[in-house]
Parts: sequence; structure tokens; C-alpha cells
Amino acid sequence: MECSFALTGKDYVIIAADTTAARSIVKMKVDEDKIKTLSPHLLMAYSGESGDTIQFAEFIERNIRLYHIRNLYPLRPQSAASWIRRSLAESLRSRSPYTVNLLIGGFDTADESPHLYWVDYLGTMASVPFAAHGYGSYFALGLLDRYHNPDGSLEEGLDVLRRAINETAQRLVVAPGNYIVKVVDKDGTREIKL
Amino acid sequence: MNALLSKFSATDADSEIRTAMDLAEEDGLTDAMWGSQAGFGQLVQGHAFNIPAVPNPTAFLRLHTDDHADPNCKIKIQHGTTTLAFRFQGGVIVAVDSRATAGSYIASGTVKKVIEINPYLLGTMAGGAADCQYWETYLGIQCRLHELRNRERISVAAASKYLSNLVYSYKGMGLSMGTMICGWDKTGPTIFYVDSDGSRLKGDLFSVGSGSTFAYGVLDQGYRWDLTDEEAQELGRRSIYAAGHRDAFSGNTCNLYHVKEDGWRFIGNYDITKMHYDGPGAVPGSLGSGYGYDVRTDNRFSVLPKPVSA
Repeated sequence: MECSFALTGKDYVIIAADTTAARSIVKMKVDEDKIKTLSPHLLMAYSGESGDTIQFAEFIERNIRLYHIRNLYPLRPQSAASWIRRSLAESLRSRSPYTVNLLIGGFDTADESPHLYWVDYLGTMASVPFAAHGYGSYFALGLLDRYHNPDGSLEEGLDVLRRAINETAQRLVVAPGNYIVKVVDKDGTREIKL
Repeated sequence: MNALLSKFSATDADSEIRTAMDLAEEDGLTDAMWGSQAGFGQLVQGHAFNIPAVPNPTAFLRLHTDDHADPNCKIKIQHGTTTLAFRFQGGVIVAVDSRATAGSYIASGTVKKVIEINPYLLGTMAGGAADCQYWETYLGIQCRLHELRNRERISVAAASKYLSNLVYSYKGMGLSMGTMICGWDKTGPTIFYVDSDGSRLKGDLFSVGSGSTFAYGVLDQGYRWDLTDEEAQELGRRSIYAAGHRDAFSGNTCNLYHVKEDGWRFIGNYDITKMHYDGPGAVPGSLGSGYGYDVRTDNRFSVLPKPVSA
């Protein structure tokens, strides 16, 4: 089942999402990247109803890009998250709502601070130090409460992420096998091999 | 001869019906009656509808309606299927079964589940037969228009995205399709999986339908990128056989296609029962013996006493 985790550190945000695309009991694909890079310092992991996820993520991706082109500077993470949440919230009362859950992680270059937002398909948004979606959250959140360090180094953050992923693999019956991990910090976004 | 002449000289609906009646008088049911003449073709003999061979066809069909799940779709045929496609060094192999079911009833054993969109693009059919057939034909029209407008063949990525966006716009309205859009474009051999939820996945190997799990079992284990053409075709056939054998809703025959740089080619139609006992026949890549477990193991596990040879 779909799992995604994210956590902040001193000057970075790490986002991890599983890479499986499943239909019923069958894994249709095992290397699907479900984290989009929206702008130079903004990442978004998406999960939920198949079809909706891609359509919504591409819609967001293009509009954030459009803002960047029109204004020559990208939206700050706080504003981007607000706009994305509003898009979801407006869709919720439409005839066909997007059933998509998000983790939005960004690095604000203006005040050099990391930002992480947990957003669900109902349009709930919370600014949090760490977050998770899917069944993995039941195992990871307790662990993150115990081990997360908001001032930790990147290596420390990755260690905590490894704990979360390992715990999920150990206890969750339907745990995913592979994850893509991305980091955003002052240097921009990049993929990391765990 | 007279009938033949008048058949081709006729242009209006009236004369077409007359032609159909003439033909029907001559030799009973003909191809000309099927589906055309605005449905009047069937009236000629009065009883030409295909009806399930059961005591009460209406009650039987009632059993297989989907209305508790979705009141909007009264009946769903063609749910059980096995289709597969994979990419390898020599292009793309597409293999499908040919069975159409309505509940436990085999409605047809000769369905064409590979839809030839154009000489470079193939689509497979799983889910609603009408949905797949209609929308993939429609996709063919749009691909041709793309060619005319841009003086360039459409890429597989673009064609599949066109279909994906189209079915997504009908999400929740009862469309049911799981299809693989396969072809060869500037980037080489390509497969996209597109379904009616709106998913669109690029990949090397896909199988769709109720028999897909059985097909995956054979396909995943036998798959390598550097398969030869003959090995790949054999793998496609063998995988569909596996599904046809184990899945009650798949079977009858296997249709095999091979896509190369110069477009797709139909390789052949193989009877699954025949493959079970005798193998696919004298085709390249075949082992020349039956695929069936008892056939393959020479009845070593059979509880029945071995037949005494004369």
C-alpha cells in the first residue's frame, strides 16, 4: 500500500515516497516517481486515487511553473502550499473532487528556513516537523515522535527516515519494497539513495 | 450473380434491405445481415438473434447484471480477459486471449482483443469491449489528424496521454477499460498502460485482466531484455496459454503480434487447447511439445494407471 514520509531538519526537508503503482492485488510498476519537483526549492509527494494523483500533480506543477515564468521568481513554500491546499479544497465541493494526499516540502530562500506541510484530500493543511501518509503513518509517527530532531544534520535525518522505513517494512503486512528519497535545502532539490 | 450485382449497385436503405432479403432467401443467414440494415437484417428470418443457450435467457442475463455495484451499468460483459505486452531488444510483443464472458457464460471465443490503431500503434482490450473498441478507434482518428497537422507520426507517449486524458474526463461515469498502447516511435519500442481510472504508466512489461496474475507468473520468470524474436514470441504465447489454462474467464485462442521499427505484424492465432496437448505447432521458438503439465511431465504424477502400450 502507498506510503510516504517526510521530515525537516536544521536546514533541509527530506521527502520519501514508495515507488509502486498498484491495481487491485497486482503491482503494475515498481519504479514510479511520486515526488514532483515543483520549483527549484519545492517538492511535493502525492498519493491517493489513481488517475487523480497524476492529473492533480501535473496541474499543480504547471501552474507553479507558470507563476515562476510570469513573475521571474518562484512562489515561496508557504504561499505555494496555501495555493495548493486551496485548489484541493475547491475541488472537494466540485462534482468530481481530487482524492489526493500530499506532503509539500520546501526551503524558503528568503529566510533560509525549511517548511513542511501535511495536506490531505479534504483540504486539511498542517505545518509540521515530520509527516506521513498511508498505513506507514501508523508505524512511523510514534517512532518519529521519539527520534525526530528538528536541529538534526542531514545524515541524522536520513537515519531517522531509515528507521521509519525499516519499521514499516518489519511490521506492515503490505509494506512497499522501494522508496524514492528527495531532499530540498539551500542548494535546491536532489534525489538521494538511502 | 444477379444478387451480387444488385448488392453493389444499391445505394439507398430500401434497396439494401431488399438485397438482404434476397440474399437471405438464397442461402439463409449471410454476412450482409449482420448488424447492418439498421437492425432490419435480423427481421428477415424473424429469429436471428444470438441468445444464450439456457432455458430462460432473460433470467440468466439478470443474474449477471452489475446493478448492485453501479445502477448505471446494467450489464457488463467481457470482464474476464488476459492481455499482455512487453518490450525487449527486438521490439514489442503483444499477446491476448480471445474469450468474451458474461458471468459464467462464454459469449464468444473469437474476439479480437488487439485493436490495430494504425500501422505503428496497437491497443489491447480488457474491460468493456465497446469502450475499448470505440475509444481506441477514435484515438486512431486523432492520431491520423495529428499526422496531417504536424507532418509527423504521433509518439506513443502522446497518443497514450490523449487516451488517458480522454478517459479521465469520463471518470466515475462507468467507462471500463484497461489497455496497453504499444508501438514504435522516434524513441524506439514503447508501451504505456492506460486504464479508465486515469492511470497512465510507462513500462517494459504489463499484463491486464483477470488472467493477468497467471500470465505474470510465466512472463516475469521468462523475461529478459535480450530475448531473441523467436524466444519473445514463444514467451508471449506461453504466458497467454498459462492464463487461458488457469483462468476460467480467459481462453479459446491466443492472438500474437510483434511490433518492430517498420510497424506491427500479426504473427498468428493459436488454439489454447491445442497448445495444451500438442504445443503451438511448427512455429519458430516452439519446443514442439504440449504446454500442459501432464503432457510436459509425461503423466509421471498422474494417479491414473498408465495406458498400456500395444
